[in-house]
Amino acid sequence: MVPEVRGASLVELAAGVAAKKWRSRDLVEAYLERIASLDKKLGCFLLVDGQGARRAADGVDKKVAAGEAVGPLGGVPVGLKDIFVTRGIETTAGSKILKGFLPPYESTASGRLAAAGAISLGKINMDEFAMGSSNENSAYGPVHNPWDLERVPGGSSGGSAAAVAASLCAGTLGTDTGGSIRQPASLCGVVGIKPTYGRVSRHGVIAFASSLDHPGPFGRTVEDAAALLEAIAGHDPMDSTSIPQPAGAYRKACKAGLAGMRLGVPREYFQAGMDAEVEAAVRTALDELGRAGATLVPISLPHTPYAIATYYLICTAEASSNLARYDGVRFGHRTTSAGSLEELYAKTRGEGFGAEPKRRIILGTYVLRAGYYEAYYGKALRVRRLIANDFAAAFAACDVLVTPTSPTPAFKIGERVADPLQMYLADIYTVAPPLAGVPALSQCCGFTKSGLPIGLQTIGPPLGEEAVFRVAGAYEARTDWHKRLPQDPS
Amino acid sequence: MSKEEYEAVIGLEVHVQLATRTKIFSTSSAAFGAEPNAHTDPVCLGLPGALPVLNREAVDAAVRLGLAVGSHIRPRCRFARKHYFYPDLPKGFQISQYDEPLCEGGAVTFRLNGEIRHVRLTRIHMEDDAGKNVHHPSGVSFVDYNRAGVPLCEIVSEPDIRSAEEAAEYLRAIRTLVRYLGISDGNMEEGSLRCDANVSLRPRGESKLGTKAELKNINSFKHVRDAIEHEIGRQAILLDRGEAIVQETRLWDPDRGLSAPMRSKEEAHDYRYFPEPDLPPLVVDEAWLGRARLALPELPEARHARFLALGLSGQDASVLVSERQIGDYFDAALAAAPTYPKKIANWLINEVLGRVDDARKLGNKDVPVPPAALAELVDLVEQGTLSGKLGKDVFARMWQERRHAGEIVAAESVSLVSDTAVIEEACRRVLERSPDEVARYRGGNAKLLGFFVGNVMKETGSKANPKTVNEILRKLLG
Repeated sequence: MVPEVRGASLVELAAGVAAKKWRSRDLVEAYLERIASLDKKLGCFLLVDGQGARRAADGVDKKVAAGEAVGPLGGVPVGLKDIFVTRGIETTAGSKILKGFLPPYESTASGRLAAAGAISLGKINMDEFAMGSSNENSAYGPVHNPWDLERVPGGSSGGSAAAVAASLCAGTLGTDTGGSIRQPASLCGVVGIKPTYGRVSRHGVIAFASSLDHPGPFGRTVEDAAALLEAIAGHDPMDSTSIPQPAGAYRKACKAGLAGMRLGVPREYFQAGMDAEVEAAVRTALDELGRAGATLVPISLPHTPYAIATYYLICTAEASSNLARYDGVRFGHRTTSAGSLEELYAKTRGEGFGAEPKRRIILGTYVLRAGYYEAYYGKALRVRRLIANDFAAAFAACDVLVTPTSPTPAFKIGERVADPLQMYLADIYTVAPPLAGVPALSQCCGFTKSGLPIGLQTIGPPLGEEAVFRVAGAYEARTDWHKRLPQDPS
Repeated sequence: MSKEEYEAVIGLEVHVQLATRTKIFSTSSAAFGAEPNAHTDPVCLGLPGALPVLNREAVDAAVRLGLAVGSHIRPRCRFARKHYFYPDLPKGFQISQYDEPLCEGGAVTFRLNGEIRHVRLTRIHMEDDAGKNVHHPSGVSFVDYNRAGVPLCEIVSEPDIRSAEEAAEYLRAIRTLVRYLGISDGNMEEGSLRCDANVSLRPRGESKLGTKAELKNINSFKHVRDAIEHEIGRQAILLDRGEAIVQETRLWDPDRGLSAPMRSKEEAHDYRYFPEPDLPPLVVDEAWLGRARLALPELPEARHARFLALGLSGQDASVLVSERQIGDYFDAALAAAPTYPKKIANWLINEVLGRVDDARKLGNKDVPVPPAALAELVDLVEQGTLSGKLGKDVFARMWQERRHAGEIVAAESVSLVSDTAVIEEACRRVLERSPDEVARYRGGNAKLLGFFVGNVMKETGSKANPKTVNEILRKLLG
């Protein structure tokens, strides 16, 4: 039997493989067929590794047939944001400067997915070096939102969110630095979680802003995301910022209910500038959570207005440093004609980087220049501390915070490209959690009249993923939004 | 003013490569001398996605160095990124330490012409080394990243050094120290010890510092001396002419014996330091410090003082502490023959050291004459079984044949003849041959006794016990 993969949940597909209801190979073929027929319109995949996927699926099927264990994600097809390095498989981070780059090693997260039995179908489109909120900054073309092809899927993990929404694979990995998992999850109506900083290893994740980069999963359902997170979370000696504690029981938490939980509602997240339909949907969701047994607590996070500025000082500073290695000497793009070393650098980087990385490298170089460290980076670090303190204080009074994910639903492709500041504001509700390093999840909590998904964000304390999953799981159990599917593009 | 009327003010920045098994932030070998790029991995190549993981062995070495020079070891320090573009720098930044180095303060103590000198240290910090650009004659350049990521300690001194000679001795003291600690081989030729010097002049008696120039590429003890000497002369001439010293970095050219300013572009760096976000702060707790303190060996200066107290000359003590293995050898020999520290030192310095190309080889198990064997020989000589001359011959054979002195003496009857009959016979022969000298001796020229002794020794192939020869001659001549 071959199940209908459109709208299928990863957890169910994995259970079916283990129970011999269907073969992994059939799932792979079904998804490859969808990619082949639909992805020209969506632009999610940068590289489809059909051969590798089929080989891996056959391996799983053989094990199942032999009665061997295949892991909790045994046989389910997934996709990887092209920021996870994959041994021997081209990895570009959405940039021309890495075109043709074949990593000699595998990221911890993608390696753990494979170890859990998941089958990678290939590498997924993204904003160049994860810099963007619309996926329009990819050097390999935009990704189209499956709910409206003229609109952006969000970014930077736009391809990862759209691929799950359009059922091009059962789940994906992305990264979130200022909202790059949660904002596209919101705009595409899927579940995305940015776990606690250090919960998922950054080893083999191409760095944008090291102190803010959070790898995490996308799923169709809350439990799908939990299953993926369980597979990739946990200590990794290859990442010195990795958290030593073992991963939590996230799938179990999804079904634990939220009776007795206190949900904080931060007033700074419900202010002018928010789309009315977004606000209405989020308030309705809060009511629903109240009816489910939670107590709503008004909360203030007073340093919220400084989050965007703080974020852009820190992320540009770190980006300017992390992107220094793309010099054409050892890997990636190298200019074909350079008369001097300086020219080699200038032309290689001038040709290889797109506009947004260049903008951020220049900003970050400015932020870190001699004599201005204290005024910019130093001050940003201190404000970051205050923002983290806001969250710590809030979590003394509540178990999780519930907010909108994005102030607006998906905007049109091209609408904001000329105005970077407007684009940066797309992350206004998502930048603070990565600054504080706390976990946050986005799930669908409704649709606009025009049929665009609206996201609900649940923010937990450090290592509070289980609390986040309790709320998200309980909300999903009481609502049907996650069951709604976009039309397949024709 | 003449050169002598200026006082040189010199500070050194010394880079020590730590002899760890693996690199400071990754697992490839840190060994010197492999095929280009054989010792590389994603981290030291700066590949996308690679993350540094700090090598505790390197920290331990740096902690021991800090303790040995009396630095304050920060309980919590940080790494920082130092940015510049160069092909040998894979990440586009060096992982170094900036505002929170591992070690602060302390001093290097050494002797300059017998006098104790303390050069205070500003700091010691850890960092990763860069690779090496290799320029091919065809005009093509290659990069070898084997060295990239090898751990370094940078030792920054206060401007306490006053002469080129003192700078070289300071550097030598650091080399000795790191070798004692076993944290580096300290070879300047292989680049495991490198040095930059900041040099300025001021009129003697003046306390304000003059404008300094930084000298780079001074990679041997001779270059250090030559380059600083030259710089002092260069600045003295400029100051005499009333010209200002330009604060600049100058590259020493050892072949021409000159320095030249580096292109300003090459040094106009804004390093854009900021804390390394991929590494949490490094915490060195009391337990770690305690273990490191216990692991410290006797340090060169303490050893020097102990050797002086044994009655050794300053010069001998300096030789014995110059490498840890020499002093270890000395101590082991002394343990076997505690009565003769000075004699052991003489034998060690004159006979043993002359026979090894690198004194550190004295630490090898298979050294031809181990310390106890030397002690045995010294004992035989001091007991009168062998004369000094015979002793040297026996030593040569011990070294050659790897046999013990007692063995050689017993097997080949090279021991001194103490049989008075045999010696008396030889004495009589000598006296009979030299009637004139006998007469002169008896006439009051007592110095001629030495002449007779020498001839008796010749007669007996140096095997006669000199003490017995003396006695018998006196008796026969008396």
